[in-house]
Amino acid sequence: MKYREADVIVIGGGPAGLAAAIAAREAGADVLLLERESRLGGILKQCIHDGFGLIRYGEKLSGPEYAQRFIDRFHALGIEAMTETFVTKIEKPQPDGTFCLTASSREGMLLLKSSSLVLATGCRERTARQVFLHGSRPAGIFTAGTAQHLINLQGQMPTRRCVILGSGDIGLIMARRLTLEGAEVVGVYEARPRPSGLVRNLHQCLYDFGIPLHLSTTVTRVFGEERVEAAEVCRVDDRMQPVAGTEERIECDSVILSVGLIPENELAESLGVQMDPATRGPAADSSKMTSVPGVFSCGNSFRVFDLVDDVSEDGEQAGRAAAAWSLSAKGRREAEK
Amino acid sequence: MNREIVCITCPNSCLMEVTADEAGQVTGVSGNRCPKGADFAKSEIAHPVRTLCTTVRTVYKDCPVLPVRVDGTVPKEKIRDAMNAIGQITVDRPAGIGDVVLEDLLGLGVNVIVTSGVLQER
Repeated sequence: MKYREADVIVIGGGPAGLAAAIAAREAGADVLLLERESRLGGILKQCIHDGFGLIRYGEKLSGPEYAQRFIDRFHALGIEAMTETFVTKIEKPQPDGTFCLTASSREGMLLLKSSSLVLATGCRERTARQVFLHGSRPAGIFTAGTAQHLINLQGQMPTRRCVILGSGDIGLIMARRLTLEGAEVVGVYEARPRPSGLVRNLHQCLYDFGIPLHLSTTVTRVFGEERVEAAEVCRVDDRMQPVAGTEERIECDSVILSVGLIPENELAESLGVQMDPATRGPAADSSKMTSVPGVFSCGNSFRVFDLVDDVSEDGEQAGRAAAAWSLSAKGRREAEK
Repeated sequence: MNREIVCITCPNSCLMEVTADEAGQVTGVSGNRCPKGADFAKSEIAHPVRTLCTTVRTVYKDCPVLPVRVDGTVPKEKIRDAMNAIGQITVDRPAGIGDVVLEDLLGLGVNVIVTSGVLQER
């Protein structure tokens, strides 16, 4: 089994992890970044629309362009990234305060050790089952992020005619993207009385293209055996209960979901990190350290952010704090020798 | 003429009250939190334009599409034509970020540029 040690191990190579790794390296730490996909950049790889980096760079960059600025800096600093590497286990801190990680990679299992960890594992989309869209499982029910991956990275059109459930920003962005690529988006349906995405996205993604937004309306049924054939939409009252008699059947081949994001913290939970019920991410102090000393959390796994510029800043804080933690632990260990 | 316009320049999404005279000249903008709002309002009254991001086809099986964007803006009513023109492009070289894959899109004086380094990582 291959063995490697670092002062700081960063888990996740998206915007938070990249910023954390760069900040930790700049603070003098030896950093190793682990990424399960084959390329760095995280979700930004598929976010080809512009609007990223307005705060940090004063420019309207697309997601991949924003990511590239960090990837370039990351490589310029000579930081090591292990891609196609998946962390399978983190052992609770050893008596000397270090962490032992097991990861699987193309080279087989790896054993990794560090004095601090930065968890930058991002978030996951809420799925059909989590919004009680039950029934048979025809093809054609996608999360907005899956549709985005199919179109923007694989060049596959997932639908010709669809409805979008939920008015999160990714759903709005995908309404525009699908329309540009020739699909018909019949409407965006939001169960709550207010849209959840940014107002500017309502305008530039829906109204610019004549796509209607239906508030207090949800998808109550999906028809179809092999493939989605239609969706039933229905008004809901102020207690989110369907209003009888308002059902409408809409012929479509897909239902696309944009119904929320949940911080991904399986690794954090395995370490016994305390969670904050409000953010659904780890509770952390002002230095981004969780309840487990030496474990830092940042980006969308810490809490779901609206802007990537803020994610980068969050990652930098965690990276700097993790470097300081590891370097002082190293100093203590050397003094003891 | 009075119109409510939402500024799409940044996530603040300022709701602006815009007044214009008979000739379509903007005479007043309120509700904007920065000067970009006033510029956007003027452009929106005179001739709305949008940025455009999409993908182009490539010859590479492991990377069938490549993200691109227009390096300026496109008149709103030309978006469909612009998509059709961009749809004709096939990239057959390892183009990198900023490389031009289509010059002078629809004669608008703007170029279509690559926004991802994926082909150069292969």
